[in-house]
Amino acid sequence: MVMLTLTSLTSTIFLSSSSLAADETPEVANTQSSETKLYGIITDKDGKPLPGIGVLVVGPSGFSADVSTDAQGAWEVAIPTKGSFSATINQDDLPSGQGLTDPTKATIKANVFMLGVDLRLLFPIGPGVEKASLLERSAQLTVDGIILGLVIGLAALGLNLIFGTTGLTNFAHGEILTFAGLLTYYLSAIIKLPVIVAAPIAVILGAFISGYLQDRYLWRPLRKRGTGLIAMLVVSIGLAIFLRYFFLFLFGGDTRQLPQYAGQAGLELGLVNITPKSILTTIIGVLFIIFATLWLLRTRMGKASRAVADNPALASASGIDVQKVIRAVWILGAGLASYAGVIVTVNQGVSFLMGQDMLLLIFAAVTLGGLGTANGALVGSIIIGLFVQLSTLFIPTELKYVGALIVLILILIVRPQGILGRKERIG
Amino acid sequence: MDFLFIIQQTLSATIGVNTIIFALAAIGLNMHFGYTGLLNFGQAGFLAIGAYSVAVPVISFGIPLWIAFLIGIFNSIIFALLLGVPTLRLRADYLAIVTIAAAEIVRQIARSATFNEWLGGSDGITGKFGKEFFDLNPFKTGLDTPILRFNANDLWVVLTGWTLVALIIFIMWVMVNSPWGRLMRAIREDEDAVRSLGKNVYLYKMQSLIIGGIIGSFGGFVYALSRQSVQPDNYGTALTFFAYTVLILGGAARVFSPIVGAMIFWFLIVFIEQVLREGVTNNVIPDWLIGVNQVGQIRFMLMGIGLMLLMIFRPQGIFGDKKELALDAKA
Repeated sequence: MVMLTLTSLTSTIFLSSSSLAADETPEVANTQSSETKLYGIITDKDGKPLPGIGVLVVGPSGFSADVSTDAQGAWEVAIPTKGSFSATINQDDLPSGQGLTDPTKATIKANVFMLGVDLRLLFPIGPGVEKASLLERSAQLTVDGIILGLVIGLAALGLNLIFGTTGLTNFAHGEILTFAGLLTYYLSAIIKLPVIVAAPIAVILGAFISGYLQDRYLWRPLRKRGTGLIAMLVVSIGLAIFLRYFFLFLFGGDTRQLPQYAGQAGLELGLVNITPKSILTTIIGVLFIIFATLWLLRTRMGKASRAVADNPALASASGIDVQKVIRAVWILGAGLASYAGVIVTVNQGVSFLMGQDMLLLIFAAVTLGGLGTANGALVGSIIIGLFVQLSTLFIPTELKYVGALIVLILILIVRPQGILGRKERIG
Repeated sequence: MDFLFIIQQTLSATIGVNTIIFALAAIGLNMHFGYTGLLNFGQAGFLAIGAYSVAVPVISFGIPLWIAFLIGIFNSIIFALLLGVPTLRLRADYLAIVTIAAAEIVRQIARSATFNEWLGGSDGITGKFGKEFFDLNPFKTGLDTPILRFNANDLWVVLTGWTLVALIIFIMWVMVNSPWGRLMRAIREDEDAVRSLGKNVYLYKMQSLIIGGIIGSFGGFVYALSRQSVQPDNYGTALTFFAYTVLILGGAARVFSPIVGAMIFWFLIVFIEQVLREGVTNNVIPDWLIGVNQVGQIRFMLMGIGLMLLMIFRPQGIFGDKKELALDAKA
C-alpha cells in the first residue's frame, strides 16, 4: 500500500532525527547548553545595522531575557532548555521611517527541538506599508500574483490532467505539495544537503511516491474494482485527512523556514522588490510548465493522454494502453505539484497545512479555467493568483482568499463551464 | 489503566452532545446527498451560520434567544439560496467545489479581524447567550453514575437535543415516504427522466438544499448553546468531512442511519482517544512513539483511514442498501 511505503520512508527520516536528539540529551545539559542560542541581526531597509533595539525573549519555566542590539545590529540570547520560545522586538526603539514590514509580526515564535543548533530569527524591517505608492504596490502585487498563479498553475495542471484521464476529483492533491515541501525541509535542514540538491531529490521522490506509487497501489486497484467516481472522491478526502494529520504528527504545527535561504535580501528591480530565490524558482517553474505543455502537445504519450481524456473506451480500442497513460499522467502531475510545494517551501517556509491552504485555490483555478482542460487550468491559475494579490489593494489582506472564492462563484453563474471549458461538461 | 473511567467517558460521549451535533449535520446531508444526490461539501457553513446566528444577535444586539433561532433558520435559507442558484444546474463535482468554497468563505469572514466587533475574530464569541435556554433547565444537579456522567447543563442539552433529533427524524421519515420523497429519489437516480415528466428539477433540488441546510443549522444551534461559545475554526472543512463519515458509516438514504452513524463514530473516537491517553500517561505506550499532545492527531489519522476503508469496502455503510444508492457522478 502506498501509505505503508510512505510511513516507513518518512518515519525513517523522523526516527533518525529524533534518536539523534535523544542520544544528545544527557550531555546537552552540561556541555552544550551554553552553545545554544537564539540570535539575529536587525538591519533597516537598506541593510544598515540598527543598534540599540530591544529584544525580549521569553521561554518555558519562566525564562526571560531582555537584550539590545550592538553596533552591528546583532543580538543573541543563550537558552538553557528545549522548548517553545518567543522573541519580541521593541517597535518603539526603531528610528523614525523604519517599521516592521508586517506590524503584527513583532513577536516571532521559535521552537527549540534540539539543543546545540542555533536559531536565527528575522524581523523584516521596511519603510512601512503606508510609504509605498499605489503604483509601487500594484507592481509588487502583480509580480507576487504571477508567482502565486504559477504555483497554483503547477499544481492545477496535475490535478486537471488526473481529472481529465481518470475522472478523479482529488482532494488529496494539496498533500502532494506538503509532502514535497517536507522532504525538501528534512533533506536540507536535517540531512544538511544544499537546497539546490535537496529540491530536485524532493521533486523526483514526490513524483515517484505521490505519483507512481499512489496510483499503482491505491487508485489503480480502485479503478479495477469499479469504484464509482464519487466514492473515489470520498476516498481521496479520507487520504487527505490521514496524510494531513500524519504530517502534523511528524512535523508539528509550526511553519519552518529552510535555514539556508531564510533571510535572503530582496533585489530592487524597478518598482518591485523580489528575492533571488524567488526569481530562480519561478523561472524553473515556467520551464516545468513549458515542458508539460510540450509533452501534452508533441509526444505520443501526451497525445494519447488527451485521447484518453476525450473517450477512454475509444482510446483503448484504438490501441492506446490506458493504464500506462494514466500512470504517466500521475507521475507528471505529482512531479509538477511537488515542484509547486518546493517553491512555496523555499519562499515562505513549510507547514503541515500548506497543501490544504493551497487546495481551494487550486480547485478555484481549475473550475475557473474549466475542469479537464489543461490550458484552462493555467489561465485560471494566473487569474486567481493575480486576483488574490491585487485584491489586497482594496480589501483587508486576511480576506484575500475570500475574494478569490467569491469570484469563482460569480464566474460559475455567468459561464458554468469555465473560461475555456466546453459546454458538455455541465450536468 | 482506569477502565471504568474509559467506559464512562466513552458511553457518555456515545449519547452526548457531540453525537447530537453530528447526527443533525448528517441528517441534513442525508437529505442532500442520500435522497437527492447533491454533493454538498459546505455543511460546515450551515452549522457555522446556525451557531453564529444564535450567538451574534444575543451578544452583540441584545435580541432574545428565541428570535435568534428564527434568524438562524432565515439565514440558513438565504445561504442555501446563495449556494443553490449558481450551482444546482451544474454537475455534482462542481457543486462540491463551490459548496466547499462557500463554507470556507463563511469561516474566513467569521474569523477575520475586519468584522471583529460583531463576530469576535479568530477567538470567536464566548458569553452567556444561552441563558434563556438554561434558565428552563429543570435539572439542579448533573448525572454521575459509573457508566454515564453529565453535568446539569449538558444533561439539559442532551435531553432537548435528542428530543429535537427525534422530531426531525419523524418529519424526515414522513417526508421521504411521501410522493415528494419519491420524486427526490427519482432526481437522484435520473434527473433527465424526472425532467421529461414535466417536473422542475431545479426547484426540487433547491427545496432539498434548503431543508437539509436548516437541519444542519440546528446542529449549529446545539454546537453553540452546549459550549456557550462559538469558535470559527471549529467550522472548517473537516467538520463537513466527518459529517459525511457519519452518514456513510450509518448508510446513506436511510432515515435512522445518521443517528447510528454518529453514535458509532463518537463511540470509536472517544474510546480510542481515552485508551491512547491512558496508555501514554501510564507509560504503557512509550513516550518517543506518541506524546500526550499527539493523541488527537492519531485520532484524526485513524478517522482518515477509516473513511477510506469504509468507502472502498462498504460504501453503503452498515444499514445502507447498495441498490438504493447510486454513488456515482453522472458524467
